[in-house]
Amino acid sequence: MAADIIISAENVSKRYLIGHNVVDTTLRDRFSRAIRNAGSLFVPGSRASKATKEEFWALKDVSFEVPRGQVLGIVGRNGAGKSTLLKVLSRITEPTSGRVRMRGSVASLLEVGTGFHPELSGRENVYLNGAILGMSRSEITRKFDEIVAFSEVERFLDTPVKHYSSGMYVRLAFAIAAHLEPDILIVDEVLAVGDAQFQKKCLNKVSEVTRSGERTVLFVSHNSAALQSICTAGIWMKQGQLVFSGPINECLAAYLRTGSRAADFPAPAEPKPYIVSVRVDPRALAEGRIMVEVAFSSPFPLSPPVVGITISSRFGQPICGSNGRMAGDSWKPAAASSGVVTASIDHVPLHSDTYRLSVYLGDSGMDYDQKLDVVDFDYVSPRFYPQMPPLQLIGPADFDWSWSLKAD
Amino acid sequence: MSGRSLIPEAAPGVAPPRELVIEPGGMSLNFWKDLWLYRDLLVFLTMRDIKVRYKQTVLGVGWAIIQPVVTTVIFTFVFGKLAGMTAGGVPYPLLVLAGLLPWQLFSAALSGSSVSLISNAHLISKVYFPRLIIPLSSLGVALVDFLVVLGLYFCTSIWFGRVPSWHWTLLPVFIILALTLAFGAGLWFTALTVKYRDFRYIVPFILQVGVFISPIGYSTGVVPTWRHLLDLNPITGVIDAFRWCLLSDGQPFDQHGILTSVAMSAILTLSGLWYFRKMERTFADVV
Repeated sequence: MAADIIISAENVSKRYLIGHNVVDTTLRDRFSRAIRNAGSLFVPGSRASKATKEEFWALKDVSFEVPRGQVLGIVGRNGAGKSTLLKVLSRITEPTSGRVRMRGSVASLLEVGTGFHPELSGRENVYLNGAILGMSRSEITRKFDEIVAFSEVERFLDTPVKHYSSGMYVRLAFAIAAHLEPDILIVDEVLAVGDAQFQKKCLNKVSEVTRSGERTVLFVSHNSAALQSICTAGIWMKQGQLVFSGPINECLAAYLRTGSRAADFPAPAEPKPYIVSVRVDPRALAEGRIMVEVAFSSPFPLSPPVVGITISSRFGQPICGSNGRMAGDSWKPAAASSGVVTASIDHVPLHSDTYRLSVYLGDSGMDYDQKLDVVDFDYVSPRFYPQMPPLQLIGPADFDWSWSLKAD
Repeated sequence: MSGRSLIPEAAPGVAPPRELVIEPGGMSLNFWKDLWLYRDLLVFLTMRDIKVRYKQTVLGVGWAIIQPVVTTVIFTFVFGKLAGMTAGGVPYPLLVLAGLLPWQLFSAALSGSSVSLISNAHLISKVYFPRLIIPLSSLGVALVDFLVVLGLYFCTSIWFGRVPSWHWTLLPVFIILALTLAFGAGLWFTALTVKYRDFRYIVPFILQVGVFISPIGYSTGVVPTWRHLLDLNPITGVIDAFRWCLLSDGQPFDQHGILTSVAMSAILTLSGLWYFRKMERTFADVV
């Protein structure tokens, strides 16, 4: 391990066993299995219950190194092993094989306000949560005023947190976390909660400490914009394996290029026009364009085939949509009973975030099929705005604004 | 596969940073050191449990007193009046209360530590800290409740005109013995409960039986023929020792029972620690 390498993971694997015959959760299961197995001593070949165990490798041979001061973003789809990796690095769970070496103190933030007790006051929870996150009593006392000032809940310090609004709760919890001073900080998707202004304050605090180059941060997020703005390097996880490691821009680009943003649908039971597949073109995405291909099939010619597309935010709020009918005279295709309709937006007025598509199929007069929220894709805007407010505050739309000043 | 020797020394002039190795079975490497590093957390979790216990109930500390008072009245009536057992010159309620004190300490500590891991499951799955802190911190509540009742005993004793003798000074030793006994058994139960939820029902059952097979409502002096059988129960020795400390009734200190208690608490605690450490690494995956 070279002197400036602060985290070194070698072939880290984590296996979970799935299947109710293996993990006995009550003694009855345990006993009944013991009895069955005892019986199997006399009945050859009946010892089959063990065979139902299913192995699941949440992590498989993951190796990487993190130099001191690096802010490493971890990307990947849900279930790709990101959270398991963080749990292993945080020492919450042990790896099944492999080894990780870390230099320096480690603090992990997998959840906001872990261990907050609703009956205890804000003040008591600062101490409790601080200690849970690994701070000593004297450290908390030293930073107490700073934490309270950061949280903006001074007036309610002696109120039980069960009376706090969710915003106050999150602010207090973040304030404690923001004042951790480990050598290595592990953060899971926690910045997605809380009000926008406070999030910005936290992000600033994180970049403030990371700019000093002393703090190493591992950061999991689905928010490409946040990853892009605070991370220097990235790794991409897929099905428990590490598939890419490198600069964050390349990592995000590689991740976003993958063709996983597609969905296929089976033919309906009774013959009727249906959507065969929906695909967001990864190459167009990498160039900052959105191109959607919708394949359809119909027992009779659709005149003309009309496809509707709605783009929603990741919270399901529709942002924009259109269909072939709205194109008016500019698009008059011939009738067809199968084929692919391609729709594209060259200048995408959206900020970097995760978006969802809903797709509709019809003809000039009728709708036949719809697939709601079928495809998720991460859009990375080619435009870069330093110090951009978070999307919860400004919304996902990114128009071309004109500004002017008439000074007096 | 130790790997520790492979790590080069830190560059001269740089303070060697704390090196942490995560590998299968590695959780136990820094067991005692981490326990020491996280000692403040032990204090805060203990304080949390104590505060929450008294904040959530309307009567607060009252509950800690009502329970032993009612039990003392009932046992005095059943054993002292109905069964006509003798207390060797000691007021019967004092005899019962002096027996109830260690029993309640033991039973509260045991039931608290047995459920401690599953009632803190959210912590275990979200953050690292030495897991042993959780059953340890659950002992605090039992101890505070005990001290309240000990105060009650003191007042009752004065009211009956009995002044404590120097035997009181040895009480802390037996308090620790009762706690160790409960903690050792609690380690087993709490680790087992993570995997087999049945133990949540087994512990209350054991404690229910324990009330009757332990000499709480009567003195061991009244059952000489059953004495050796009673001594097999590790709590008997603790109860006798408490009575020796608190009652100061001129009875000699009986070593037989206490030997069982000391041996059992040592065996349970050591084996409990072994089992707990063995299972510790799977807690977050199973709980």
